[in-house]
Amino acid sequence: MSAADLIAPVADVGGPQQPLLAVRGLSKHFAVRGGFLGGGGVVRAVDDVSLSVGKGEVLGIVGESGCGKSTTARLIIGLIEPDAGEILFDGEPVSDRMSLRELRRRVQMVFQDSYSSLNPRLTIEDTIAFGPTVHGVAPAEARARAHDLLRKVGLDPALFAPRYPHELSGGQRQRVNIARALALSPRLVLLDEAVSALDKSVEAQVLNLLIDLKTELGLTYVFISHDLNVVRFISDRVVVMYLGEVVEEAPVETLWSDTRHPYTRALLAAMPSLDPSRRTEQAPITGDPPSPINPPSGCRFHTRCPFAEPLCSDRRPALLPTGNDGHAAACHMVDPASGHSRAGKQTKEHTHV
Amino acid sequence: MSAIAEDVLRIAAADKSRGYWSTVFRRLARDPVSVACAVILLAIVLGAILAPWLGLANPIQGSAIRRLRPIGTAGYPLGTDDLGRDMLARLIYGGRLSLVLGLLPVGLAFVIGTSLGVIAGYVGGLLNQIIMRIMDVFYAFPSVLLAIGISGALTGGMLNSIISLTIVFIPPIVRVAESVTTGVRNLDFVDAARASGAGPMTIMRVHVLGNVLGPIFVYATGLISVCMILAAGLSFLGLGTKPPEPEWGLMLNQLRTAIYVNPWVAALPGAMIFIVSICFNLLSDGMRSAMDVRS
Repeated sequence: MSAADLIAPVADVGGPQQPLLAVRGLSKHFAVRGGFLGGGGVVRAVDDVSLSVGKGEVLGIVGESGCGKSTTARLIIGLIEPDAGEILFDGEPVSDRMSLRELRRRVQMVFQDSYSSLNPRLTIEDTIAFGPTVHGVAPAEARARAHDLLRKVGLDPALFAPRYPHELSGGQRQRVNIARALALSPRLVLLDEAVSALDKSVEAQVLNLLIDLKTELGLTYVFISHDLNVVRFISDRVVVMYLGEVVEEAPVETLWSDTRHPYTRALLAAMPSLDPSRRTEQAPITGDPPSPINPPSGCRFHTRCPFAEPLCSDRRPALLPTGNDGHAAACHMVDPASGHSRAGKQTKEHTHV
Repeated sequence: MSAIAEDVLRIAAADKSRGYWSTVFRRLARDPVSVACAVILLAIVLGAILAPWLGLANPIQGSAIRRLRPIGTAGYPLGTDDLGRDMLARLIYGGRLSLVLGLLPVGLAFVIGTSLGVIAGYVGGLLNQIIMRIMDVFYAFPSVLLAIGISGALTGGMLNSIISLTIVFIPPIVRVAESVTTGVRNLDFVDAARASGAGPMTIMRVHVLGNVLGPIFVYATGLISVCMILAAGLSFLGLGTKPPEPEWGLMLNQLRTAIYVNPWVAALPGAMIFIVSICFNLLSDGMRSAMDVRS
């Protein structure tokens, strides 16, 4: 095997119909040390999350801070070990350690903080070349690859390769982070708030770069963000998370036109509009999300939901399909058999946009 | 990016991007206090190394008729000690032992302490608890007492005082290394390195060490002066070097009896210890600010 083959793209296994990534029942609970007299509890950061990402798709994950978006990404790439659940990559389960190392050739991640995700003591080219060297590529070859990738992300290697991260602007650093993530020829890239810290014009440039790279390299993205406009722009399908659970999942335009979950509706209504006649005059929901340490019983959203009924605090709604386009929502109002007074009566008049 | 900014970057890049340490060195060279300290230390170190070739008097050969001459006596620019030995020669020769006793234990403790601290900080969990709690045991004793205790238990002598001082300085260095490492290991670039499939040893070598070595090094430089004073203390108590070997701490002890007869001469070894330790302290301060490249 020649050195270049060491980081050659991994071949497709299951064909185009097979999801590139399938996650089933993923859970992560962090133990919280209690006070002086014990107590404590568990933070249910991610609770029984299932999702799948098709080949060449962009899956957006949205939700408030602390809803488990980033934890989900870190679980998928194996930076944190899940407590329960199964991750299948192109049909193959990721289990033992060896397989984890293999997974990291296929899945890479771009972090939000472009500064802390680059080693301040390494030059840009050394940072990008690090991954390939770890996988056995000769240093000279890895450096050549780093220069290649810099060109791909729109940075002149002659100019940027020997520089240090503190000499670059935020947008340039995020381009370097993208180049680093691509260094191992991954098939799936997790973008964890990758553009959130950039200012708007730079954000647009980086988003366009991401779209170009996706077409050029045949990538699949999981795009995590709290910015709904950006998610709508880049995603094919969107997953909405609340307190560690998936509450709604739909193709991007369906989510906007046929919103089913009251939480999603509140999220969408909270988006600032450029149109003065559509100014938000009342907060769609108030208060902070409840603590994930002792999440509310039943439906976790019932404490803030305008349609909550006694049933909602008793039973946890399942994620049920609402149509045949992959639209699903976890709300008792979606399930006609749930006993909720508004069950099955949901009409489009409630939807915003 | 505008064309002008592009040009500026191009010119800056033509100026060949420098490595981190050469940048630090350049900044250090611009600080007059650091340069002065470095020059003084260099002179003392060179003097100690080149002592036999400087045409000095014999530092061990005394003379009963020329005892305790004051500073400025013809032929004895810094006077003589209570056994009539030339003070200038003894101070310069004394640097040999004193500097070794000041630098070697800190150097050894730096290597051992950094390794332990980085491992404890990076691996965390049970291993961290084991290493750090063992270090806490050493903290239960005042450092002077600990040095005297170990040195005494090992029956004194030069080698044993180096060993005891090394043991004294490992715990503080481990603590600093551990806390700096804990801070670095939570940064995203360590996660990114893990995500690229690198093992813990590679990550510690490439990503952690480079970022923690600076602060630990500065801290260790500050310990050199403490170490020299402790070493002098051990010699003073008779646990370090033995007479007639010239060593600053030991000289201070012996000249103590002459303090009423010729106080200036008696204070000279103390002055040497003072000068060297303050120079190391100021130099480590200079390093600290020079290493903060972003400022």
